[in-house]
Amino acid sequence: MTDAAPVVARGLVKRYGDIVAVAGVDLTVEPGDIFGYLGPNGAGKTTSLRMMLGLIRPTQGRVQLFGRDPMVDGVKALQSVAGFVEGPRFYPYLSGRRNLRLLADYDEPSSRSRIEEVLETVELRDRAKDHVGGYSHGMRQRLGIAAALLRQPRLLLLDEPATGLDPAGMRDMRDLVRRLAGDGITILLSSHLMYEVEELCNRVAIIRNGSIVYEGMLRELLATATAGYRLRSREPERARTVCLTQPGIENVSLDGDELRFSADEDSVAALSIALGQARVPITQLMAETASLEDLFLGLTGGDSSDHDREAVAS
Amino acid sequence: MTAVARVYRWELVKLLAQKRTYLGLGAAMLVPVIFVVVLQLQSGGPNDVPLGRYIRDSGIVTPLVVLLFMSIWGFPLITALVAGDIVASETNNATLKTILPRSRERGQVFAGKALAAFTYTLVIVVSMGVVGVVAGSIAWGFHSFTSLSGTPVSAGRGLGLMFASLGVYVLPLAGIAAFGLLLSTVTRNSAASVVGTLMFALFMQLIGVLPGTESIRPYLLGTQFDAWHGFLRTPADWTPVVRAIWLSAIYIFVPLFAAYVVFLRRDVAGE
Repeated sequence: MTDAAPVVARGLVKRYGDIVAVAGVDLTVEPGDIFGYLGPNGAGKTTSLRMMLGLIRPTQGRVQLFGRDPMVDGVKALQSVAGFVEGPRFYPYLSGRRNLRLLADYDEPSSRSRIEEVLETVELRDRAKDHVGGYSHGMRQRLGIAAALLRQPRLLLLDEPATGLDPAGMRDMRDLVRRLAGDGITILLSSHLMYEVEELCNRVAIIRNGSIVYEGMLRELLATATAGYRLRSREPERARTVCLTQPGIENVSLDGDELRFSADEDSVAALSIALGQARVPITQLMAETASLEDLFLGLTGGDSSDHDREAVAS
Repeated sequence: MTAVARVYRWELVKLLAQKRTYLGLGAAMLVPVIFVVVLQLQSGGPNDVPLGRYIRDSGIVTPLVVLLFMSIWGFPLITALVAGDIVASETNNATLKTILPRSRERGQVFAGKALAAFTYTLVIVVSMGVVGVVAGSIAWGFHSFTSLSGTPVSAGRGLGLMFASLGVYVLPLAGIAAFGLLLSTVTRNSAASVVGTLMFALFMQLIGVLPGTESIRPYLLGTQFDAWHGFLRTPADWTPVVRAIWLSAIYIFVPLFAAYVVFLRRDVAGE
């Protein structure tokens, strides 16, 4: 079981009456991934995560966490898994430490001994004796991470952990996620914050209207967005001539002293050598890349029309 | 400590940390005190209820007479306050999604909650009994009193019978708690569960006073609140007591099992 992938979802569907919240999600999270699960609000991210944590029953399909299905194996499937959906929630009338003690007693007995350590990790030790009702949003998010770490998870499912945090809080959260990943924890992170995903994740899945529209390495996704190249030269006309004679260099156009063309990486490499051999002075050669945000908007249709569907789910 | 015992312990901790727990418990303890004070300020008494005319004989009679007055809606309301809230509040606060993905099975979580709700039911009745005896004894002394059959009952034996009566009285109240748990699990709404549970209790009482229901009256939940009268007769009449035990068991286990099944299968979605 231990060599099974942390998350394998196949044909995951969740319907609420006529409303389809998740329309067939397939995704695989590999060990060591910081996996970004991207989608507009209401696209089905949270519903998928709820199914992964065994909180809701899939209408069709299945999820396996390290080879175990929460619907078949119950909480045993979640043995090495922790996380939260839609923001962590605690008993407001109990202190942060008492909440963790409660949750430790809902886990294995050894969890209790880690309470002070995890409070230290999320820098909440000073406020641990205060009622959670008086905590800020950021403190609750951090307590949520602490509660997850009590279980010494190998897989952490985090649903928009930085949402609602101030810039410093967001940075701290990103640092924490990076640190946890460095400790060998696989992380599935749902988000609609592109820069967060771009900064943290190695792999991504993009969900739209309840279905996955892309799953793969983030850098491969970004590579597909290389729209073209720009070249500046002291002698643009000669540069253009060289471009036109080089194989693989297409759609060449000259705009002032700047050339634009499309090509693959190998052709660009060959072009740079050819320009050098022709003694054409180059001042700039750069790829025009679209941002993850551009790609995301392209893949998701750039709308937020998914809003109402998942609202039904919640 | 077993998994259920751990959940149960934390359910008690949560109850002890919430105001509504003390609101109900305080009310249960205050009623006998108010009852005694009012009777001290006037010469009359509740002569039209069983044991009412002997209220000033001994403090032991106080909680027994209070039981009669609290059966209609007092104890059902206090029971509903906790039993109707114990699952629904976790749905409203969205804390179910925090505890369910941990290492306790849903069945264990539910068992801990049900045990806590029943414990609260027992505690409010026993607390009322203890406070009633103390308040009544301060006012009228701790003496022997007259049973429902007109025979004298010594103070020591009377105290034992009083606690046995409370024990039997708790059974139908646990039936109401079980119904509260079912509503709490199904409706996911605290207020609706509390009000619904109280309405159920009142409805059960109402059926019992409708004409033409004489044949089913012994089997109604409301009737079981009077089963303890059997202990206060000489010789003791076990028929209503035994009926209260098995009938209450049905009234407890049917809604409890339904709530258990719903809790095991329900989707935990939304805030």
